[in-house]
Amino acid sequence: MSNPDSGTAARHPQVARSGGDFNRQAGLRLLAYAAAGIAALVALMALLSGFGGGSGTAKAIDYERNSITLALRQEPPQMDSTKLTDQVSGMINGHVSEGLLRYDENNQLAPGVAERWEVTETNATFWLREDARWSDGSPITAHDFIFAWRKVLEPANASEYAFFLYPIKNGEAINNGTMAPETLGARALDDRTIEIEFENPIAYFEKLAAYSTYAPIKESFYESTNGRYGADADTMLYSGPFMITRWVHGASMIMERNPHYWNPERISLDRINFAYITSDTNATLNLFKADSIAYTALSTDNLPDALNQRFDMDRFMDGSVFYIGFNYRDGRATQNWHLRRALQLVNDPSELINKVIKIPGYLPGESLFPVWLKGVDGFFRQEYPAPVADRNIAEARREIALAKEQLGVTELPPLMLLSGEDPLSSRMAEYYQELFRRTLGLDVRLDKQIFKQRLAKMTAGDYDMVMAGWGPDFDDPLTFGDLMSSWNLNNRGRYNNPELDRWVRLAQSSLDQQVRMDAFGEIQRILYEDIVVLYQYERGQIYVTNPALKGMVRRAVGPDPDFSNARIVRTDTAG
Amino acid sequence: MGRYVIKRLIQGVITVWFIATATFWAMHQVPGDPLSNEKAVTPEIRANLEARYGLDQPPLTQYGIYLKNLLRGDFGISFTQQNREVNDIIREHFPVSATLGILAILFAASGGVLWGALTALYRNRLPDVIIMFLVILFISVPSFVIAALTQLLLVKTNDVLGFSILPVAGWGTFTHMIAPALVLGLGTMAYLTRLMRSSMLEVVNTDYVRTAKAKGLPAARIFTKHQLRNAVLPVITVLGPAIAAITTGGFVVELIFAIPGLGRYFVEAVQQLDYTVIMGTTVFYGAFLVFMVIVVDLVYGFIDPRVRVS
Repeated sequence: MSNPDSGTAARHPQVARSGGDFNRQAGLRLLAYAAAGIAALVALMALLSGFGGGSGTAKAIDYERNSITLALRQEPPQMDSTKLTDQVSGMINGHVSEGLLRYDENNQLAPGVAERWEVTETNATFWLREDARWSDGSPITAHDFIFAWRKVLEPANASEYAFFLYPIKNGEAINNGTMAPETLGARALDDRTIEIEFENPIAYFEKLAAYSTYAPIKESFYESTNGRYGADADTMLYSGPFMITRWVHGASMIMERNPHYWNPERISLDRINFAYITSDTNATLNLFKADSIAYTALSTDNLPDALNQRFDMDRFMDGSVFYIGFNYRDGRATQNWHLRRALQLVNDPSELINKVIKIPGYLPGESLFPVWLKGVDGFFRQEYPAPVADRNIAEARREIALAKEQLGVTELPPLMLLSGEDPLSSRMAEYYQELFRRTLGLDVRLDKQIFKQRLAKMTAGDYDMVMAGWGPDFDDPLTFGDLMSSWNLNNRGRYNNPELDRWVRLAQSSLDQQVRMDAFGEIQRILYEDIVVLYQYERGQIYVTNPALKGMVRRAVGPDPDFSNARIVRTDTAG
Repeated sequence: MGRYVIKRLIQGVITVWFIATATFWAMHQVPGDPLSNEKAVTPEIRANLEARYGLDQPPLTQYGIYLKNLLRGDFGISFTQQNREVNDIIREHFPVSATLGILAILFAASGGVLWGALTALYRNRLPDVIIMFLVILFISVPSFVIAALTQLLLVKTNDVLGFSILPVAGWGTFTHMIAPALVLGLGTMAYLTRLMRSSMLEVVNTDYVRTAKAKGLPAARIFTKHQLRNAVLPVITVLGPAIAAITTGGFVVELIFAIPGLGRYFVEAVQQLDYTVIMGTTVFYGAFLVFMVIVVDLVYGFIDPRVRVS
């Protein structure tokens, strides 16, 4: 097509003149077309609005219906409790499913379907309450638990968290396919009694029993779903305080009070409406500002905006610890203690938080054991304070010289730092690159990868240092304590220290809390003295809630946030 | 005509088979492990997972099984949503993307033709200058910026008015569709406006328009019957690919406006290396695109008899 402006119209006045009246008529005709087009569009939109859907135009707090509206960060990928691994599904599951035990509003273990229990060195017995009911009104029995546990361990079910049931006798062998599911060391003595035999003594079995992988499933219902258990609202049975009454995939989910729940006094809300699903925190903050949702987490990017709005903000530690892991495979410079010591001496977690992360609520990393873990009587970190290295650049440079001497090189090879590709990870990786170059003259190369590829490289050992993190599975220091043991598959840097392994084994096998906590104290000391990792931070979260919403519970382990005890308190009368 | 359609359809099937094959092998070359997760699993659990998804077979066998299932219209089960079939995902989420896409394309096409014709009529005068400035702006500014700004604008407007004229995000009612459809269609509309403008200007100087004028036809009739109909042809040509691009490319808009469309699933599947969902959506979108191109070619024939194929 030639230059459109090279037309002849401008050079021929008569055409332009005829264009004058032509314009008016044609313009009117054009307008009529446009009006007809818009009318057709509106009609079509009205016609099509039947598709998908579910957001409605609900308010954040609906006083009449005793209902709140919220947004989900992502579509829950998995509501089948035997396969559930992610945080969002776990949060929903915590509202609609209740196992033998649960965590209460003070984050203490509380009776769930089991009204009492007894755990010894070799056995555990759980007595179920008589009035525990499924959402269809049928009683929750011991058989429902045994069925679910065998299903988790069944090789064909391919459950990623099957190892949670390995403490039960023959659990691991069943999952490996070497023993039949019927041999599982957990039996229903009658409809209301479960007896469990352990593979080895275990000090934290109650905490595992509160985990979603241990949730009950009713066999007859499960079989009736033809492999679609948990895929839709009507292919699940509910044992928790709420039940899912509507689930439009990718769009919305509505939870309503379960009329058969055994403890109705503990619930106040009638309805929780997850009307939006988006991971965009700017979008959720906009929804919050528009009074469409009652709660949202904030990010570095929209924190200033929320501050300008003068919203009331809260902070909470989500329980995860972040650190730089080293590669201990042969041929890696990071095997060298002096090099790691030099890095430890320039690492300053407070500087990282203040200059790079800039989110209040983060704590500087000092230990692999986060501050919220319980010790013998109080908090572990108060009973066993973590040793901390102060920044000492001169000393660090001497260590670098020693490292070069030991490695027999005049110049250290470039170090590969593997990280995620999201904006915050990128900024942190660049901060470390600059820090190590400026203080120690090291050549750090950055390798930013998407999640799956980062995991693949970590597993293959294709890095020198990696920015990694760990979140707790259960409420016991062991969930962090065994991370660097030589047999742990998540020890992707292949750190191997027989002394540390010994302490881990003791913490696993002992039932004496004092002995176990001493062992964790020793593990914390070794992690520091051998500089197994460089600590970065304990992750915090800043969030805003509608002032009328009270009683939301945050926790590091278990379903978070938990709205099952939440209630609406009218604020409009006060102001 | 019938033979032509059949020929095009056979070509289409071969194209789709080629897309499926290329995607299958390319996907397996992408570094990363679809079964890996934050927490490492034991070799035994991993073997269980591999057996469930058929990844324990050699790639060629996997390819064979895949093609066989494809012929039966079975895309398998998702890796991330392990109890959901890919067919269900497409069935539930494509209508949402398609609805949004159709609205956006209608908006883009009608707007593009309207503004394009207007700018041509008012060439080099103020309306033309203003519209063409906006056109350049909307072509250059990416949709995620416009989407975020639109959302912010809605929050402010609703705040100032004290009631909600349009919802900020979400999906379900008629009002939810307006803002995302406008945002999604804006870039295409700008592009079509420019196309329509140059096309109109070219047509103004053709012999048949001059003849029509010489015959003394009313100006409005010349405009609609002779100019508009001819000028709209290039617009129709790009409409086919544009429909496919808009219905598949709404990822950012779907994310920001919290819309449960297939575009979001597609992009997330690629990030998560969800093999079955990647294959399912790619083949589905591929078939859709091929089909749209065929349809546009046929429609073209109806509008312009000169290109009608015998």
